[in-house]
Amino acid sequence: MSTEVKKSGRLLKAPENFLGQGDEKSPETMRRKFLAASVSTAAATFAGLGLQASAQAQAAVGAGDPNILQLPAHSTGLGMPVAANPYGAPSQYEKGLQRRESPGLTRVSAASVAFTPLQGTFGIITPSGLHFERHHQGWWDIDPSKHRLMVMGLVKNPKVYTMDDLMRLPSVSRIHFIECGANTAMEWGNVAVPTVQYSHGMVSCSEFTGVPLSVLLDDCGIDRKQAKYILGEGADGSSMTRTIPLDRALDDVIVAYGMNGEMLRPENGYPLRLVVPGIQGVSWVKWLRRIEVGDQKWATKDEAIHYVDLMPDGLHRQYTGIQEAKSVITTPSGGQTLLDKGFYNISGLAWSGRGKIKRVDVSVDGGRNWRTARLETPVLSKAFTRFNIDWVWNGGPAILQSRAQDDTGYVQPKINQLRAVRGTRSIYHQNAIQSWKVAESGEVSNVQVY
Amino acid sequence: MSRFINCVRYSLAVIALGAGVAASAQPASGKFTGVGRTATPAEIKAWDIDVRPDFKGLPPGSGSVAKGQDVWEAKCASCHGIFGESTEVFTPIAGGTTKKDIETGRVANLSRLDFPQRTTLMKVATVSTLWDYINRAMPWNNPKTLSVEEVYAVTAYILSLGEIVPDNFVLSDKNIAEVQKRMPNRNGMTEKHGLWDIKGKPDVVGTLCMKDCATELKITSVLPESARDAHGNLREQHRPIGPARAIDTSRPGAAAPSGDPAGRPTAVAAAAGAAPAVKTGASNTSGPEISKKSNCTACHAPAAKMVGPSWTDIAKKYKGDAKAPAMLAQKVKAGGAGNWGAVPMPPHPNLKDNELAAVVQWVLDGAK
Repeated sequence: MSTEVKKSGRLLKAPENFLGQGDEKSPETMRRKFLAASVSTAAATFAGLGLQASAQAQAAVGAGDPNILQLPAHSTGLGMPVAANPYGAPSQYEKGLQRRESPGLTRVSAASVAFTPLQGTFGIITPSGLHFERHHQGWWDIDPSKHRLMVMGLVKNPKVYTMDDLMRLPSVSRIHFIECGANTAMEWGNVAVPTVQYSHGMVSCSEFTGVPLSVLLDDCGIDRKQAKYILGEGADGSSMTRTIPLDRALDDVIVAYGMNGEMLRPENGYPLRLVVPGIQGVSWVKWLRRIEVGDQKWATKDEAIHYVDLMPDGLHRQYTGIQEAKSVITTPSGGQTLLDKGFYNISGLAWSGRGKIKRVDVSVDGGRNWRTARLETPVLSKAFTRFNIDWVWNGGPAILQSRAQDDTGYVQPKINQLRAVRGTRSIYHQNAIQSWKVAESGEVSNVQVY
Repeated sequence: MSRFINCVRYSLAVIALGAGVAASAQPASGKFTGVGRTATPAEIKAWDIDVRPDFKGLPPGSGSVAKGQDVWEAKCASCHGIFGESTEVFTPIAGGTTKKDIETGRVANLSRLDFPQRTTLMKVATVSTLWDYINRAMPWNNPKTLSVEEVYAVTAYILSLGEIVPDNFVLSDKNIAEVQKRMPNRNGMTEKHGLWDIKGKPDVVGTLCMKDCATELKITSVLPESARDAHGNLREQHRPIGPARAIDTSRPGAAAPSGDPAGRPTAVAAAAGAAPAVKTGASNTSGPEISKKSNCTACHAPAAKMVGPSWTDIAKKYKGDAKAPAMLAQKVKAGGAGNWGAVPMPPHPNLKDNELAAVVQWVLDGAK
């Protein structure tokens, strides 16, 4: 292996910054010691690597790690009082993980996307402050005492509900992913973005709390003979409207006000949004003001001009809502450099708009051989499922891939399989297997592989 | 009183509907006493604005192409261009359709891989969608302010840009169904796919091969070196601890990867210094922030003329003019045209006076 791996190696593992200038154990000194130590173990076999490396580390740190030997201020002083941060915020060291725009994707930030930093999240819940944003005409922080929901159309009794009313009704709390139909759209034709934040960050997963839409429809006396569709409409400038089939509406759709234990964030529709599990995010109408029950589809602007998928024959697929099974490895992922050869936990996310994730397989050789990953609990319908699998990187080139299967039997396809049917111009519903190339240097980059 | 009557009526209705209601979350009849109230006809009228492809919901009225052109130039052209051709802010509205398309109902250019853009008129199959779109969401920064006549007129103007209607046309609820028959892409939509029905049949499915699977193992696409830093320094977008470090893309690429073995301090320092999220809500007096929040950059660039004049040109024009700050603040707030050409500046009524003053001063000072 090249010395580069060693240079980025485990001796300098943590971000301690503990080595001041002139310190006896400055990086230069340590590297020299390390290299000296590694000469004697240059013939180290792969299997013994961990043991020998720890012995090397032992040798190189001398008497020990100053982070252990010299007590830091936080061990010898008085810490901050309670409620110094009344709401609470992430550590100052986590500031790199933010929602970010992809430069040049849109001209105006009020009709744009801010992507979730999937490279830094754990488990299946996306922190509310990192939940991706997609607005069509900007966002608002609406006074909840003035917000109203109207349910009308093919109902016996059209009704108006205040937030007080809605929060009195029986509620459910369910964990679901929400994915923009255009997630990964930039990669239909070729690799375009460097990290998983930009390639897959238009998806998040939260626990949503609210009233099942079926409860409200029944409360208003829905005409079950004539009703075939419902329309959700937002209160913002774009007044987003989307048609939802009645079987979905009566199944698991929620009129939600809660998200991850608190109210929705304004960017996510405060105080009220639709939760339409398994369906692309645009249908999860934010700042929800109206539900209409009807007997025909509406062909609204976001289902007749936008969010239509162009096929190679020039036809547009209309009313494409379901997000089919998809997965992506988040650690390690594009834009990163592995610290060293040796053990890694490959970790990622899988989800399906049609049900539960049944299985995720991982390949480290570009799709030639696969192993089945561990699915961490809970495994929920139409929710993120976290998968993990052990991997010992031998320092050679590798291509990491994950492949999800859901409980309908559907298997996530490869990019060339998708292109063969849908071409490269359909923008929406790109759920191909993602490939991350690991170079000998340890650098991980976004590639496409047939 | 009417609320009580409705409640009783509804209770009876639910009893009459009976056992069709099954799921666990369903209420017993009358269970939600006191929750919600019947919507008034005026309330329903105020919010029930959707227009369906069968024109249910379309209010009676009419508007001419000529009137539409006036409205367009005053309220739409700043983003969309005089002829709906502009790509500055959004994708173009008009262009790419032909007389032949109007006959066939299929836009031929949609099949061409080399055709650069898909305009609204190339995509939209239903004229009701255009009417509804304009009525509910346009103008972009001042939606739902057009009169019914103006919505008909603007729709007519757009249709005239695609030569779907003649220049002397008056679009109305009476003739809109005839116009529908001339929509260039009216036959261009398909619902033959598996992505609507939860039980729909997928069109592309992968395979579960586990060993020695057929793959060319050919890398067909990589991130171009020129795009390495296009998303900013990745080092600042990752956690500074963990099994990997993000690449410092402020330095040259793969030829010299991980050339920063002691990179953690840099990462922490850089991350700690990362720009905070844009503040919203309370008024602020930072020129760049106001400019971003108010979408000024949709039309104005630092040095180049876009839809509107560049910041530099504005600063140059008003250099030394003591009356400029107040005059420009008023101009930004109220909008208007004339100083820089025919395309009008849209109004910005939501900006507070101190924000107006700050952003104007920022521009006059060179927008730095």
